[in-house]
Amino acid sequence: MKRFLTLVMLILAVPVWAVEPDEVLDDPVLEERARIISADVRCVVCQNEPIDTSHAGVARDLRLLIRERLVAGDTDQEVFDYLVARYGDYVLFRPPFKPSTYALWIAPFALIGIGGISVGYVLMRKPKRKALELSAADEAEIDRLLKDDK
Amino acid sequence: MRRTLAFLPIMIAAVLGGFLYWGLASGRDPSLIPSVLISQPVPAFELPAIEGVDSPGLSQADVQNAGEITVVNVFASWCVPCRAEHKVLTRMQADQGFKLVGINYKDKPANAAKWLDELGNPYAAIGSDESGRSGLEWGISGVPETFIVDAGGVIRHREVGPVIGDGQRRFQEALDAL
Repeated sequence: MKRFLTLVMLILAVPVWAVEPDEVLDDPVLEERARIISADVRCVVCQNEPIDTSHAGVARDLRLLIRERLVAGDTDQEVFDYLVARYGDYVLFRPPFKPSTYALWIAPFALIGIGGISVGYVLMRKPKRKALELSAADEAEIDRLLKDDK
Repeated sequence: MRRTLAFLPIMIAAVLGGFLYWGLASGRDPSLIPSVLISQPVPAFELPAIEGVDSPGLSQADVQNAGEITVVNVFASWCVPCRAEHKVLTRMQADQGFKLVGINYKDKPANAAKWLDELGNPYAAIGSDESGRSGLEWGISGVPETFIVDAGGVIRHREVGPVIGDGQRRFQEALDAL
């Protein structure tokens, strides 16, 4: 029982809250948009975390900046553009699809494609072997042996 | 055809291996985010002077219309590497005569004043960015960071980290290139 409780406590301890009460906007719709946008913006300091869960100072500043832009009336895309203008595409978790990132986007599909074609080619290549034809005497022999085994 | 196909896996492995080796051996730092502000004009910002420090405040116009090479140094009194680069920057400014201005990032004016008293104030102007909002306009992710703005008001170089050692070498190369 103690072990089970410990496990439950550890699991409940997992969620990471980084957004502080003084950042939360009064308007719940705007706040929700801010949280959704924040989840897609990379923290430039701890670079594999979205700013929504990062505790870095810059992350907090960026969260405040996003809310400031939303209150000023920007659309979601305009907020992203504002950040990209200052920090570059790297700040987005979803890299945009443009010439410099074609290789990034297409490579996985290309590799799967090459793999699939190779497998298909190997499988298609071998003609099916004709089944051996057995004479009637052989068939009778096989039947006899099988019955004996039982 | 079969022969070529047989070699395909090892060729793919070799190409991939080559890229991976390059990634490990070339010494590039994948955490360095390339600055998107290079070749862009100075961003919009306006900062008051630090209370208790003589130097005037700093705004976009000051840097854009300087008419000479301007080095914008983002620093803070709580930043340890900033102490190290302070001496270097002071000497470089004295030797080479560019305009050196500072942005005091997320710092209490009293602490900044004390820090400058202790280490000396080589800045022609310092903007006090207590909230860090103007730092975001410059795309900074921490301190220290130093930007080189040419005489036409275009940002030409961004140095992340203190201007010492390799950083100083890169910085000097960028200065010389102007």
